[in-house]
Amino acid sequence: MRNILIIGATSAIAEATARRFAAGGARFHLVGRHAERLAAIARDLEIRSGQAVTQESLDLDRLDAHPALLERAEQALGGIDVALIAHGTLPDQNACQQSVEQTLAAIHTNALSVISLATLLANAFERRGRGTLIVIGSVAGDRGRQSNYVYGAAKGMVSLFLQGLRNRLSGKGIQVITIKPGFVDTPMTAAFEKKGLLWAQPDRIAQGIVAAVERGRDEVYLPWFWRWIMLIILHIPERLFKRLNL
Amino acid sequence: MPALPAEPLSCLPFGNGRSYGDVCLNGGGALLLARGLDRFIAFDPAAGLLRAEAGVLLSEILALIVSRGWFPPVTPGTQFVTLGGAIANDVHGKNHHLAGSFGGHVRAFELLRSDGERLTCTPEHNADWFRATVGGLGLTGLITWVEIQLQRIANPWIVAENRRFASLDEFLALNAEYEARYPYTVSWIDCAARGRALGRGIYMAGMHAPPGLMKPPPSERRALTVPFAPPVSLVNNLSVCWFNRLYYHLPRPARGLTPYQPFFYPLDNLREWNRLYGRRGFFQYQCVIPPAEARAALREVLARIAASGQGSMLAVLKRFGDQTSGGLLSFPRPGFTLALDFPNLGARTFALLESLDEVTRQAGGAVYPAKDARMSGDSFRRYFPRWAEFSRFIDPRFSSSFWRRVMGE
Ligand SMILES: Cc1cc2nc3c(=O)[nH]c(=O)nc-3n(C[C@H](O)[C@H](O)[C@H](O)COP(=O)(O)OP(=O)(O)OC[C@H]3O[C@@H](n4cnc5c(N)ncnc54)[C@H](O)[C@@H]3O)c2cc1C
Ligand SMILES: NC(=O)c1ccc[n+]([C@@H]2O[C@H](COP(=O)([O-])OP(=O)(O)OC[C@H]3O[C@@H](n4cnc5c(N)ncnc54)[C@H](OP(=O)(O)O)[C@@H]3O)[C@@H](O)[C@H]2O)c1
Repeated sequence: MRNILIIGATSAIAEATARRFAAGGARFHLVGRHAERLAAIARDLEIRSGQAVTQESLDLDRLDAHPALLERAEQALGGIDVALIAHGTLPDQNACQQSVEQTLAAIHTNALSVISLATLLANAFERRGRGTLIVIGSVAGDRGRQSNYVYGAAKGMVSLFLQGLRNRLSGKGIQVITIKPGFVDTPMTAAFEKKGLLWAQPDRIAQGIVAAVERGRDEVYLPWFWRWIMLIILHIPERLFKRLNL
Repeated sequence: MPALPAEPLSCLPFGNGRSYGDVCLNGGGALLLARGLDRFIAFDPAAGLLRAEAGVLLSEILALIVSRGWFPPVTPGTQFVTLGGAIANDVHGKNHHLAGSFGGHVRAFELLRSDGERLTCTPEHNADWFRATVGGLGLTGLITWVEIQLQRIANPWIVAENRRFASLDEFLALNAEYEARYPYTVSWIDCAARGRALGRGIYMAGMHAPPGLMKPPPSERRALTVPFAPPVSLVNNLSVCWFNRLYYHLPRPARGLTPYQPFFYPLDNLREWNRLYGRRGFFQYQCVIPPAEARAALREVLARIAASGQGSMLAVLKRFGDQTSGGLLSFPRPGFTLALDFPNLGARTFALLESLDEVTRQAGGAVYPAKDARMSGDSFRRYFPRWAEFSRFIDPRFSSSFWRRVMGE
């Protein structure tokens, strides 16, 4: 049985992932910012896993609270085997363009808070000599596009940071996994028209996350076809790309 | 209550869409997708009491409880139904003669009305709302959570017995004998057979295996998927005729141990099986005939089907026992129930189904709304005489395609 810390546990993708972990035997400590919704998820996971689930609510933008948060998580679980960082926001790109404040707030939540947590978790894993860190990035972080480059820049920063972390910790028994989902039908994308083959359900992403852990993968696009879509997008010359309406 | 769409748009809860007709549809209105309510709330593994949100699927419940020695008290022929849908159609299973319908095992549920009021309903508390909502076709409000009493099992295996019968009379004799010995009984009927063979078929009975009687866990069977709907139905008169003849004569073990899934959910392993009927789809027809009229009315129904040349492949016959759940619009009532499916041939099929309705009406029976897309308003009111009493409980913001159809709105 694994001890699993989930940060941003009220996320639809995180919840689906937790259920899949629960089926394989797991003990959870959940972190999110809405106590009531966390409690409903905790109760559900307790029934599915047959194990007590602990939780803490915190606004993850508060970086100063991160060290104590992770200490309490370690204590609650008696050592963390797997940590999933899933929280995030999809900012309004147009609003960000008009507001430095909103741009930086989005980068704070989607990049800085993630990097703070990843740093602390990586160091704890290093001291223990093992651990698996999973972070949900996004295909949006692979290339800057006019429709969402603030969000994309934050996700891209996380992705680059994790590459370095993975490189630093390789050979030390620590797994660092970057998950890059495409379009997923969750509350985050509630405003979108969700039709077509490119949209996936959260459980499909969850299945891919669990498989990435079992197979010791580094970077995974989910569903798989995004890898090929992004390969093409990454290879379009910038001279041409800048003129596209993406 | 999450914001409802603005008036005058009406609303209807939608579970997992496993109903065959329009009880889960609301043309021109909005659907409240209840599958999102999918968390477990409490499970008492000693008493077998389970409370969960109304969008949880029976398949998810099975995955949780079977390994802990519990089983749903009543299960329909597919595990892909939600708790809310199971209550709203007051579904029945192969154990109706012993256990009654699903609503009889519901301890409590919460009903959320469009004005924001939340009613906790039990057979004793808010009992009138309980009886209106069990079998209430989603019209009384949104069920948010449900508490059910599970039944104990020793292991996931079923002791199953199969027996061929050559006629309807033989079925009736066998049924009395098997019902006394088995909690689960159902029969497949060869609808293509006529004359002396009318009503021939295969009797299938089962019980949960006793402790000790089990095999190693079966390997996961991979589900097959029908990839697309062909332009014409693959289920037609010829294929049904051959399928039925083959199926009737197929040698099969008289008695054996089988995992519970193929016993209860034979179709669940063929995903999107409905596509086999082609783009025009098919109709289900399920009626119940009171015991006194059963023999004559069933013969008449089978004769009319055979004469029409529109065979049914998945024809099943079973007796409903005397236990009822009290639901004002519940379909299950004492008698024999026959479920059939017909590829949609347009007017010919409508005419056949109307002629079956004629037999059902005369016999004082009823047709199952969960499997209906065409019964007349007049038939509905005959089959469900408490409809007027029921309609007082309908939420003013709720409606369905089915309801508008049978009420002639
Ligand atoms: C292969 C197969 C076999 C079947 N075998 C049987 C059988 O043996 N016995 C039997 O009785 N039925 C059987 N059925 C029918 C099926 O059990 C019922 O139609 C069931 O109600 C479907 O549940 P659902 O969750 O898909 O609900 P839906 O079909 O989506 O909705 C059914 C009704 O429930 C209402 N509803 C759904 N959720 C809620 C909610 N949260 N609150 C209030 N109302 C709600 C809807 O408004 C609608 O009126 C079978 C169906 C299939 C496909
Ligand atoms: N959906 C997609 O199409 C998609 C695509 C690619 C990547 N992703 C990424 O997948 C991850 C999960 O998102 P999702 O799709 O599952 O959406 P979601 O259900 O909206 O989950 C996002 C979660 O992050 C939480 N959160 C945001 N800011 C927070 C903060 N400051 N403190 C604490 N919690 C905070 C939210 O909590 P509240 O509910 O309390 O606000 C919410 O539970 C995100 O990192 C997202 O960027 C999503």
